[in-house]
Amino acid sequence: MDLAKHWRLRGPRYRLEGQRHRSSGAVRFPPEPTTPQDAEEWEPYQLSGAGKVFSFTVVRQGPGSHEGQTPYILAMISLAEGPIVTAQLTDCDPQDVAIDMPVEMVTRRLTDLGEDGLIVYGYKFRPVLG
Amino acid sequence: MQSVYIVGTGHTPVAEHWNRTAVSLAVEALQGALGDIAANRLGALYIANALGSAIGVQAQLGAAIANAAGLRGIEAHTVEAGGASGGVALRQAYLAVASGAYDLVAVVGVEKVTDVLDGRLEAGLALALDSDWEGIHGATLTAQWAMLMRRYMHQYGVAAADFAPFPVNAHANGAANPSALYRFPINADKVRSATPVADPLVMLDTSTAADGAAVLILAGEQLARELPGPRIRVAGSAVATDTLALHSRPDPLWLEAAARSSAVALQGAGISISDVDVLEVTDPHAITAVLALESSGFAERGTMVNLARDGAIQPTGSLPVATAGGCKARGDTVGANGVYQVIELVQQLRGTAGKTQVQGARIAFAQCLGGIGATAATHVLIAE
Repeated sequence: MDLAKHWRLRGPRYRLEGQRHRSSGAVRFPPEPTTPQDAEEWEPYQLSGAGKVFSFTVVRQGPGSHEGQTPYILAMISLAEGPIVTAQLTDCDPQDVAIDMPVEMVTRRLTDLGEDGLIVYGYKFRPVLG
Repeated sequence: MQSVYIVGTGHTPVAEHWNRTAVSLAVEALQGALGDIAANRLGALYIANALGSAIGVQAQLGAAIANAAGLRGIEAHTVEAGGASGGVALRQAYLAVASGAYDLVAVVGVEKVTDVLDGRLEAGLALALDSDWEGIHGATLTAQWAMLMRRYMHQYGVAAADFAPFPVNAHANGAANPSALYRFPINADKVRSATPVADPLVMLDTSTAADGAAVLILAGEQLARELPGPRIRVAGSAVATDTLALHSRPDPLWLEAAARSSAVALQGAGISISDVDVLEVTDPHAITAVLALESSGFAERGTMVNLARDGAIQPTGSLPVATAGGCKARGDTVGANGVYQVIELVQQLRGTAGKTQVQGARIAFAQCLGGIGATAATHVLIAE
């Protein structure tokens, strides 16, 4: 079921919500677990969703949770704010993708955990429109 | 701290052992490793296993193997660190003997993967990645290495074909290993035209997970002197960790845990990198070996593919790797790989490695990685 787990991650999954350091302005994503002291230094911060392709591949043999989706494009995205994030590319074909291609975040279905599980939604990235 | 020696090795062939359990494979390898040593002299078993729990084969392999081996009551437990499990278990066993807690222990690497279909196996392997931030997006180990390969090609201006010497060397060596999963040579043309599995990675540059068990017997100095045969000393031993998620690293092409564990193991052995005669690294794909070798200091960054093209990684070269076939041709036994690696190096140091023998090998280097190098275990072996 994993209900609590996916609910707990709703901020970063749905809104790309990371953290920003209150004094240095450094941004981190994924957000890290906060201790009381940490929470004073790092505030929630929503990233813009803009980024560039750092690298990518086409997955042809996926894990069980993603078997029905193959082939799919998996990428590492350098976000405009600095962090790199792992996510699928969508709305494009592999031959249209290149390192450094500008992309933007969209919300899509990540996986269906089956009859007794959740349909998990979250961020993917697509080529910047226009 | 007392010196620690490897006094026995045993293994099963790497294969699809449809008719065998993990426990029966482990017991066979353990009996082979013990030889004439009485099993009841063992103080503990350190089981290296990555997937038993992850793919639902069996948890608590320590108790299961101890009982099946006729050692009921002995200390035994599983050490799990993904593909680094073998090296980490060796480290635990080494510490136990070095500290004087035990004089004789066994490292039992075992993996049983053929009881599940590909989807479950991939999911089990992917647990070595960060589940919440990589796995949920459909990342696999192979996909992660593929992305690093593409980035490496971009950064250093090399082509996919430039990586072919690694699987070609692995298969050439595996052909001479009676225990290897694949015992046939391949050439660069075949690699180039092979089916893609996760572009730019192709089938012939991707290891196949298979079943197998491999065992090392470790002894303290006094006991090692009583036993016959050449003594192989575990001269350096280190484990290091890095971020679980690949994307969290400031420089994804740099395997910091490999770098750190290598430096510590070499320093512990009192040798420098140029003293190493023969190596084993984690090599399910060429890019894995390339990044491990560069991060460990065997080559400048961006140069390892060129060194391999010039023959450095062959048994006759300056950096011989995968002399028993590596993960690619010997077969990928995941948590047991680190133990198979050391068995091959012990043969090299004893001068019994057959057709792939590195002449005059005296110092060996073994390194295994868990996940994308989130864990790295490095050992230095010296023949005395």
